[in-house]
Amino acid sequence: MDTLSASFHAAVALLLHGDDHLYGIVALSLRVSFIAVVLAAAFALPAGALLAVGRFRGRRTLTVLLNGFMGLPAVVVGLTVYLLLSRAGPLGSFGLLFTPTAMSIAQALLVFPLLAALSRQVVEDAWSEYAEQLRSLGASNLQAAWTLIADTRWSLSTVLLAGFGRAIAEVGAVMIVGGNIDGVTRVMTTAIALETSKGDLPLALGLGLVLLALVLLVNALAHGVRIWAAGGPR
Amino acid sequence: MFPLLLDGVGFARAGNAILHDVHLRITEGSCTVILGPNGAGKSVLMRVMHGLLAPTSGRVRWGDLAAPPSSQAMLFQRPVMLRRSVLGNVAYGLVVRGVPRREARRRALDVLEAVGLRHLAERPARVLSGGEQQRVALARAATLRPRILFLDEPTASVDPAAMRSIEAGIAALHGAGTTVVMVTHHLGQARRLAQDILFLDNGRVSECTPAPEFFQQPRSRAAADFLKEELP
Repeated sequence: MDTLSASFHAAVALLLHGDDHLYGIVALSLRVSFIAVVLAAAFALPAGALLAVGRFRGRRTLTVLLNGFMGLPAVVVGLTVYLLLSRAGPLGSFGLLFTPTAMSIAQALLVFPLLAALSRQVVEDAWSEYAEQLRSLGASNLQAAWTLIADTRWSLSTVLLAGFGRAIAEVGAVMIVGGNIDGVTRVMTTAIALETSKGDLPLALGLGLVLLALVLLVNALAHGVRIWAAGGPR
Repeated sequence: MFPLLLDGVGFARAGNAILHDVHLRITEGSCTVILGPNGAGKSVLMRVMHGLLAPTSGRVRWGDLAAPPSSQAMLFQRPVMLRRSVLGNVAYGLVVRGVPRREARRRALDVLEAVGLRHLAERPARVLSGGEQQRVALARAATLRPRILFLDEPTASVDPAAMRSIEAGIAALHGAGTTVVMVTHHLGQARRLAQDILFLDNGRVSECTPAPEFFQQPRSRAAADFLKEELP
């Protein structure tokens, strides 16, 4: 119990007297995961929608694969990206390893299956309602997919939040490709891991509470925006 | 693209035969109402004609065209409104056909004006009442200037005022030369609109008769029984 109350105090103290160092870590966490989700969504939403609307061979197999990859271990993704970006790797010449960009790439790969699988489900549910009408109006599969993304935008925003939650909470991938370099690639989760291994449990837990508060805040904000933009029952 | 010919069309779903050997000829400018008891296959027949379902046997032929024409539209019992403005919904069919957005919106506005829905143009379509939605759906279909319009019980779930307005819209389109094929359960509506009655029973065409003759003296036993049981 002592550790818990101490960590709670540590969290409050961190937030109240937070220095630029802490804010830097928080800001980097937000930035890395935000870019990752945007990057992944740019591919995952169209992919999910086309998978829902299209009728092609291998569609079921792809769906099962995507659903399976939703639980992809972060360290495996981290390791793969590490191998790709390391000096000797195929993308080594870009010199991206141990940069925030590398962390965003790793997180984007991590959340891509999650975003694609969930958006496929959302779009497919809508498609069962819309299919006849859209085909009757003459929409091609591509046009239908785009229309369905536009029409399910509020449900899809929840999907994006789920992706953001997964990205900002993971530690394995950013640890490997970012390297937890103080002031450069240290984010909330890698800081927590470091403090834990140093034995400063209150600080580690305090950071964890800050992270939790942050995720809650982002979700509340998104929810507020959603209600405001929908402007009614829908 | 006319006449629309159904040549021995059959349709089965999961081993259940829904349509049997349907032969049918729809000529340009006609107004055919499909009547029949529930489960007779009326909606399926219309979807096969419109091209939403492929027949499992027989052929659907559009004059001497090799493929189904794009100049057709369909109204469903429950219209699906897209989550955008009424104007956006009405322009949608034109946009997916490649009409530039600005031009599509202008033409959609003209149609809304003509059917007296101009005041709803900027409203979100999904919050309209069922009757208003169906009128918007009819405007959406009309914007495409279809040469043939299919309607599947378009007034089954709307109030009498909306029904009158929708019937007037259908009559106007027919008057302007659009071929109309419609399913309804409303005999009064069939009397008001139909030139020909196609009676479907158990997936088979019992008869296809000019409407006045049908209501006076149907040729088939099934249709006679149907008329006796239905309320006017």
